[in-house]
Amino acid sequence: MRYSFRISPAVVLASLAVVSGTLPAFGQVDFSGGWITKIHEDQPVRTAGPEIADYTGLPVNDAARKRGDTWDAQQLEMLERECEPHPSDYGTRGPANMRIWGDMDPFTKGITAWHTELAYMMPLRTIFMDGRPHPSENAPHTWQGYSTGEWEGDILKVTTTHLKEGWVRRNGLPRSENATVIEYYVRHHDVLSLMVDVEDPEYLTEPLVLSSSWVSHSGFPGRMRFLRSLHRDGESLPRRLVEEPKLCIRNTGSNWR
Amino acid sequence: MPYFVRQLNVLMLALLLLAGYSSAYGNPGQGQMPANSKNELVHLLPTCNQLPTGGVCLRLDDGKIELLHVQGNVYMISGAGGNITVQVGEQSVTVVNTGLAPMSDKVIGAIHALTEKPIYTILVTSLDEDLIGGNANFSKAGWATPNSDNIPFGHDVSDILALKFPSGAAIIANINVLNRMSAPTGQKSPVPSELWPTDTYDADFWRMYNSEEIYLYHPQVAHSDGDSFVLFRRSGVISTGDLFNPMVSYPVIDLEKGGGIDGFIDGLNQIIDLLVPEDAEEGGTYVIPGHGRICDRNDVVNYRDMVTILRARISEMIEQGMTLEQVKAAEPTSDYDVTGHYAASKDQFIEAVYRDKIKSKVPRQNASAPGAR
Repeated sequence: MRYSFRISPAVVLASLAVVSGTLPAFGQVDFSGGWITKIHEDQPVRTAGPEIADYTGLPVNDAARKRGDTWDAQQLEMLERECEPHPSDYGTRGPANMRIWGDMDPFTKGITAWHTELAYMMPLRTIFMDGRPHPSENAPHTWQGYSTGEWEGDILKVTTTHLKEGWVRRNGLPRSENATVIEYYVRHHDVLSLMVDVEDPEYLTEPLVLSSSWVSHSGFPGRMRFLRSLHRDGESLPRRLVEEPKLCIRNTGSNWR
Repeated sequence: MPYFVRQLNVLMLALLLLAGYSSAYGNPGQGQMPANSKNELVHLLPTCNQLPTGGVCLRLDDGKIELLHVQGNVYMISGAGGNITVQVGEQSVTVVNTGLAPMSDKVIGAIHALTEKPIYTILVTSLDEDLIGGNANFSKAGWATPNSDNIPFGHDVSDILALKFPSGAAIIANINVLNRMSAPTGQKSPVPSELWPTDTYDADFWRMYNSEEIYLYHPQVAHSDGDSFVLFRRSGVISTGDLFNPMVSYPVIDLEKGGGIDGFIDGLNQIIDLLVPEDAEEGGTYVIPGHGRICDRNDVVNYRDMVTILRARISEMIEQGMTLEQVKAAEPTSDYDVTGHYAASKDQFIEAVYRDKIKSKVPRQNASAPGAR
């Protein structure tokens, strides 16, 4: 007698459903690679920079306007502030290209984390895709914040908390450290659209939504870094490209007494 | 359908369902640790292993009290009044501040979940109730530091450790903390004697605890005249006490107890000078504030800049001849009031800065007098 292994379609479907439920969510879109930023949107603000006290169209409150009105660009020359990078919610607004790569689970082939690195100040960022919660409110805050991602169809939705106090414009308009930033990464073939939604209960009256566009570029280098504002024995050396991941070195003294 | 095929289908379905359940609920996540068996109150939370500092985290008392690993040998306990700093080493436990008295049992339980070593030393940064309330309980739960007075003749330390060692961990603070807690003989002291420091220092102070250099710095006139902040040099952590309460309150400057705004900013600058960021102005030396989250140098710089700006605004208003009520009405802090919980402390801060600065104000008519600086 010949035995045949026949499995009913219902069981196969149920099995697939269960298996898919036990695996990390798969993204249908691969963001890996180099991305060149297009600065056609808000170009004057993003390149030359905004005018002092130009808050047109921004949903800021009186407290934010006062911070902006009393902001002094010279603070960027303070020794303690020379090495401040852009926070992750503002970094993508600048004229810096970006590399994205993923960590792949060797068994499921699902992405467990995305990483981004911008060409200005080379901030490394991790977006956790494994469903972990955000840390305690007593944990330190960082320039890149703590980011977790999830798929909404083909769109990668990223939620970031634990940011250091940053800015929504380079003319002193603040973004508080209690803000939550939600980003949407959308890929259309060789074009990446990034929408950033800044929700700040302290300085914004409603969510600030910004968008930017990127074009895929496979030749974008990934490990070159700028060494900026190198101070040694009181001397400032010119900026130069170096290959080592050496970032910002300077005195630790205080100059605002 | 043959019987065994039906059985195979059922078996596969059961196995797959079991696998699904196990994956969803039974499989510990990365870095997850089993519940600690030493203390039933304490539950290790997997979420806390994902801190940027990569540390252990315990929560107890329905999550109100939280223990975070900061860096090296140093931990922070929050939710028991002011933040409590805990250094755990091979020999003993050193704590900075002790929180509120009613929370002591739970906090000591959390420390014992980390280590079985005894508390030898309690460092106190000022005399605020939410920082010193647990002094007596912590001291009682700890051991006296071995010395010639309490080690019986003929015994060495290992003998003593095998015996029941006398309780009474040392409480160390600046001399002015003791002066303000105590009162002349025959008078009632403002603070019960069991909370007083057992040892004091009057200038900057350093000592090795658990093979780590610990420095106590004394900004002379800041929150009060008895402030200290503590540097754990090897771990790379500074515990500031009430010199730094980011997102929680404006500086509390107690003029009656010898505090002052200029000295407060000097104290913040003193802290900044000791902090070394790891890269891009973040990380490196971490800071445990008197209240609030773990910080780094950038956070202290932001706080120092805010306080400096507000001092300048209020000083300018004083120069214009404005009264305290006029200064308050002008809302010099309005752009920072929206931050964290600052609004609740703005009046006391404006008043303290105003009273401090007007005390030292040179009368305008004398400013141009010969010899005036």
